Amino acid sequence: MGQTDGELEEQFVELLDHYRGERGALVPMLQGAQAIFGYLPKEVMERVAAAAGEPLSKALGVATFYSQFRLHPHAKHTVRCCHGTACHVSGATLVSREIEKHLGIHAGENTPDMLYTVEEVHCVGACGMAPVVMVDDRAHGKLTPEKAVEVVKAFQAEVAATEAQDAGLEGDE
Amino acid sequence: MGVARAVGRPAPQKPRKSLPDVDIRICLGTGGVAAGSREVLKAFEEGLDRTGVLAVIRPREDDCADHCAAVTGTGCRGLCAMDPLVEVTTRRNGVPHTVTYGQVTPAMVDEIISKHILGGEPIEDWLVLTQDHATEYVPFYSAQEKLALRHVGVIDPEDIDDYLEADGYQGLYKVLSSMTPAEVVEQILNSGLRGRGGAGFSTGQKWRFAANAPSPDGVKYFICNGDEGDPGAFMDCSVLEGDPHAVFEGMAIGAYAIGASYGYLYVRAEYPLALRRLKIAMKDAEARGLLGDNIMGSEFSFHVKIKEGAGAFVCGEETAMMQSIEGNRGMPRLRPPYPAESGLWKRPTNINNVETLSVVPWIILHGADAFASRGYEKSRGTKVFALAGKVNRTGLAEVPMGKTLREVIFEIGGGVKNNKAFKAVQMGGPSGGCLPESLLDLPVDYETINQTGAIVGSGGMIVIDEDNCIVDTARYFLRFTQQESCGKCVPCRIGTMRMLGILDKICEGRGTPKDLDFLQDICEQVRVGSLCGLGATAPNPVLTALKYFREEFDEHVIEHRCRAGVCEALIKYSIDPETCTGCRACVRVCPVAAISGEKKQAHVIDSELCIKCGACYEKCRFAAVRRS
Repeated sequence: MGQTDGELEEQFVELLDHYRGERGALVPMLQGAQAIFGYLPKEVMERVAAAAGEPLSKALGVATFYSQFRLHPHAKHTVRCCHGTACHVSGATLVSREIEKHLGIHAGENTPDMLYTVEEVHCVGACGMAPVVMVDDRAHGKLTPEKAVEVVKAFQAEVAATEAQDAGLEGDE
Repeated sequence: MGVARAVGRPAPQKPRKSLPDVDIRICLGTGGVAAGSREVLKAFEEGLDRTGVLAVIRPREDDCADHCAAVTGTGCRGLCAMDPLVEVTTRRNGVPHTVTYGQVTPAMVDEIISKHILGGEPIEDWLVLTQDHATEYVPFYSAQEKLALRHVGVIDPEDIDDYLEADGYQGLYKVLSSMTPAEVVEQILNSGLRGRGGAGFSTGQKWRFAANAPSPDGVKYFICNGDEGDPGAFMDCSVLEGDPHAVFEGMAIGAYAIGASYGYLYVRAEYPLALRRLKIAMKDAEARGLLGDNIMGSEFSFHVKIKEGAGAFVCGEETAMMQSIEGNRGMPRLRPPYPAESGLWKRPTNINNVETLSVVPWIILHGADAFASRGYEKSRGTKVFALAGKVNRTGLAEVPMGKTLREVIFEIGGGVKNNKAFKAVQMGGPSGGCLPESLLDLPVDYETINQTGAIVGSGGMIVIDEDNCIVDTARYFLRFTQQESCGKCVPCRIGTMRMLGILDKICEGRGTPKDLDFLQDICEQVRVGSLCGLGATAPNPVLTALKYFREEFDEHVIEHRCRAGVCEALIKYSIDPETCTGCRACVRVCPVAAISGEKKQAHVIDSELCIKCGACYEKCRFAAVRRS
């Protein structure tokens, strides 16, 4: 299950110490912070900026320049619909639309239960398998809109099963 | 520099202990994994174990007591269309026999094991390649010459000994033990190698500039650009995933040539698998003294850091990349000064692309002439092309420069999918353009393709067919560059936005002939006025589309018609009363009840109600629903 705030704080301090004084470390520090907290809250940004010896405005400038960084909380799992050229000409638009319809959200939004986010991304490098959708770090290829929804449904079922199991274990304790 | 110390030739630390009876190699590239290759690999390991005849071993760790098999995950094997690809080599009385299965699923594995591996009879129906006879996929491989991809799909990218056994780090050894930096530059210059990332600038010349540039404190940097951002190109991804050591070796050779002792390998964040394998490779190479201080015992030291990109296409531009490494917003700056004079942290810096660097060790080992003997006019050697889109054999093909587009798309790629009509090939991504059928006999070399208005670029070739709309394709690329414009200079920031606005208008059926003139006009201004390559080349997809497919644009703005049926606002669905059988299948799928008609009578679509979802078009078994 999730880590406690104390554990996250510990990791964050470790991260800041690791990069303190290193030139050009602002980007990896932000990446590390996002990996710990899931997004970049204001307080985290302030502390990263201080550790990097930069003003907050610079850290914010960098964070808003790169598409990887998020300033708002992000759902637990990410469905990335590839919109590279090969995927685009092979029907990625329709695939995206069906997935959005299935989850009831638009690209860039979180589901209300904070379990899923849908993103449109540029090329994930599996053009030979277009159109491609990545669910977390796992790529699925040669999709049709129907198959894509099935992939998401299968993943949702898996997640639900794991959560139920976790809940069960906690109940046993 | 000279060679003061004795340089030790690198060799595998753990040679293979045994030659297994069966060798199974499975593609674990991003494409392969997407097709389910991890599950197939697991099925083979478990299936072989269950036989009780063949022990599954790791050839460098375990002895082969009786009969044994090895299952190895490799990088991309090229023919992504048939992924997961599984190569099976069986050895009977020491004679190897190799076949490759395509589109393998876990369910097929037990049969392959029982009939082929144990029974000795390959399952012909599932074969993509066999050494026994020709197959339909032979043309995909026979035209290729793999130099940059020489190890990709062959070795285990996570095993440094695999790389060392396949003459890995021997190029670096040759350089450190017997060549001066100037000789290395000379060698690369003579090979005619040009930057494979898109610009096509002479690699040798670039190295010479950086080698000759003075540094105030002696520090120079060598950067590998692994920010493969062109949507539709995945050759660098495949090299990074499938042969990471070759990239480090190429970097080290280049760093020695220009006198750099620090380097960065910049990888885009969207390639998690490549990143993981690079980290493993770097750690292993450092542990063996192939990177770091006094490499192979020589005077030469080279320290590399991996920099993870954070998602910005413009960072593929070299001045922007250096900004990004310095921890800033990745915005390009004016050149000169060129990076060779003043680059990263104001020191002389050289940047090369992944594919370029991966071929460097090959050139050093085989000589400049071997590379230069291949190719066409000023484009020497081989280039990897990424075939994707509506082509039968999608995948990566490395061919000598100068093959015609037709040869690459139709002979290697096997032509257009589902026997549809070829419309165009998009070359060079967002900086390139769409070329029509009439230009297919042009040779693929930098100069020839440049003259068409497209570029060779990083080597992406996306085939589009009659079902794709050329205006929509141009809009797709414009949306991409508009989103990725860093916003520093006005022509790119505002110009791409305006261009996209016009293309949106045309695709939505509100375009007029005047818009096309306006579009052309802005293209010219963005091309001339932009600060960096991203903006200057952003109009290329639009300009080539207008140049070669003007008719389709005219149809959109004059007749308000999209012949491919892609631009939804322009589509009209109707039912042909002659063909319609009145089966009511379309009535049942229409989500807005726009179709009416009695059973066994011709049906009608009410165009006022129709939301153009295309459900009836997909459903009709008699092709009575027409889309125009």
